[in-house]
Amino acid sequence: MPKMSFENHIMKQFDEELEEIRTQLMEMGGKVEQQLKNAIKAVIKADSSLAEDVIREERLVDEMEVDIDEACILIIARRQPAASDLRFIMMVTKAVNDLERIGDEAKKIANHAIILSEQDSLSQGYKEVRHLGSSVSTMLANALDAFARFDVEAAMSTLEEDAQIDLDYKTALRELVTYMMEDPRSISRAINILWVVRSLERIGDHAKNLCEQIVYVVKGKDIRHQK
Amino acid sequence: MSEAKVADKKAISKQNLEVDQQQETVGDRFCKNPKMTMRNVNVFYGEKQAIHDVSIDIAKNEVIAMIGPSGCGKSTFLRAINRMNDTVEGCRVEGDIKLDGDNVYQKNLDVVELRARVGMVFQKPNPFPKSIFENIAYGPKIHGLADTRVDLDEIVEGSLRKAGLWEEVKERLHQPGTGLSGGQQQRLCIARAIAVSPEVILMDEPCSALDPIATARIEELIEELSQNFTIAIVTHSMQQAARVSNRTAYFHLGKLIEVNPTEQVFTMPKHKLTEAYITGRFG
Repeated sequence: MPKMSFENHIMKQFDEELEEIRTQLMEMGGKVEQQLKNAIKAVIKADSSLAEDVIREERLVDEMEVDIDEACILIIARRQPAASDLRFIMMVTKAVNDLERIGDEAKKIANHAIILSEQDSLSQGYKEVRHLGSSVSTMLANALDAFARFDVEAAMSTLEEDAQIDLDYKTALRELVTYMMEDPRSISRAINILWVVRSLERIGDHAKNLCEQIVYVVKGKDIRHQK
Repeated sequence: MSEAKVADKKAISKQNLEVDQQQETVGDRFCKNPKMTMRNVNVFYGEKQAIHDVSIDIAKNEVIAMIGPSGCGKSTFLRAINRMNDTVEGCRVEGDIKLDGDNVYQKNLDVVELRARVGMVFQKPNPFPKSIFENIAYGPKIHGLADTRVDLDEIVEGSLRKAGLWEEVKERLHQPGTGLSGGQQQRLCIARAIAVSPEVILMDEPCSALDPIATARIEELIEELSQNFTIAIVTHSMQQAARVSNRTAYFHLGKLIEVNPTEQVFTMPKHKLTEAYITGRFG
């Protein structure tokens, strides 16, 4: 199995272009990770100014997506990448899409954080957000880490975390329904929390996609949609 | 020599070493109903061994591309298939090369007939210094494929049509073939090869002297010809191999390193030397 590396192209410029794309993708990943953390914090601390930062900075994530996509298109047009280079470029174009969607979800969470911060300060639902938020953040961090090292084993074990996140999401939904049944005044608030946990669950799915792409780029195996 | 170059040299000599250690060809070399079978083929130029123990099948109606760095033996191997190497002083071929189960190197075999069954197209278009018509008609005449002028006319038109050249030259069949453009000359040479109804067509870098448009026409033609012929093409252009072939064979220092379906070779090659070559890491 050829090792993943961007080095030793006869055209050194190609090495640099691939390395540059990888760096940009890691930066985007880092930015998105931070956005997610801040959005969760904004909900838990009812910090509307932090939430506004998240909403404002989503634009930066979008710009990174466009820049990286453009770099990939240029490489395809100019270098006609093959084998691992081709798989890497294809992976990047998909990964930026997932990262951008994670950024979108973080923005949605931030929007709900603002609404929640304006409502009365009942604490129902925070526990669910904190718990799910922490597992989703960890999963995303692990996925990005696996990508940084092209580590298939780490990617495989990280993508299994998604099943637990889906279970936790269902549990959170049940609890939120219970709150609503117990006290109809909590309905509006619970619905906002519900949107937040829904976004967190979606982020877990995107992190899973990232892991599948890592397996594809290193092993050339498409493991999507396998039970 | 710069440090980088020294490092490159080291990397390459390390790769060479690895080839020596890896004896077996990676991938699916053999097929169920082969048109041609090659077993343990060795080719020598004097003392120097150019091809080391290559075994591979060529399936009926497939297009197989042979790629690899300069000097890897891909052209030598191609030329061994229809005994073009016979004319090279000091060249010796060992092993079995069979066409429909018959050894092409057997003593009493008529080489001229062999080359009619296994035709060849070269890098530089090489039409005879004769008319377009005569270029095509020459082969069928000497092989006795046409008894009458009408037969001959039919063969000439049919071959030119199959080579996608008829419409361009039908008004000037009796002008010299050498007056055509490079791309047209190459299609003329393909028409000439087709005219004797070969079963296999060998192409040795057929597009490397052509512009991209003429190249695209030849590639289109290869696709069409594969309906009726078995084609083996040696090419320096990896993109060309990716575009036209069903299987790709990668040669390195006289050894057959990997043979696999083309879509696999260009997305997920099995051998690291193939990977290094097609990603442009050495050449």
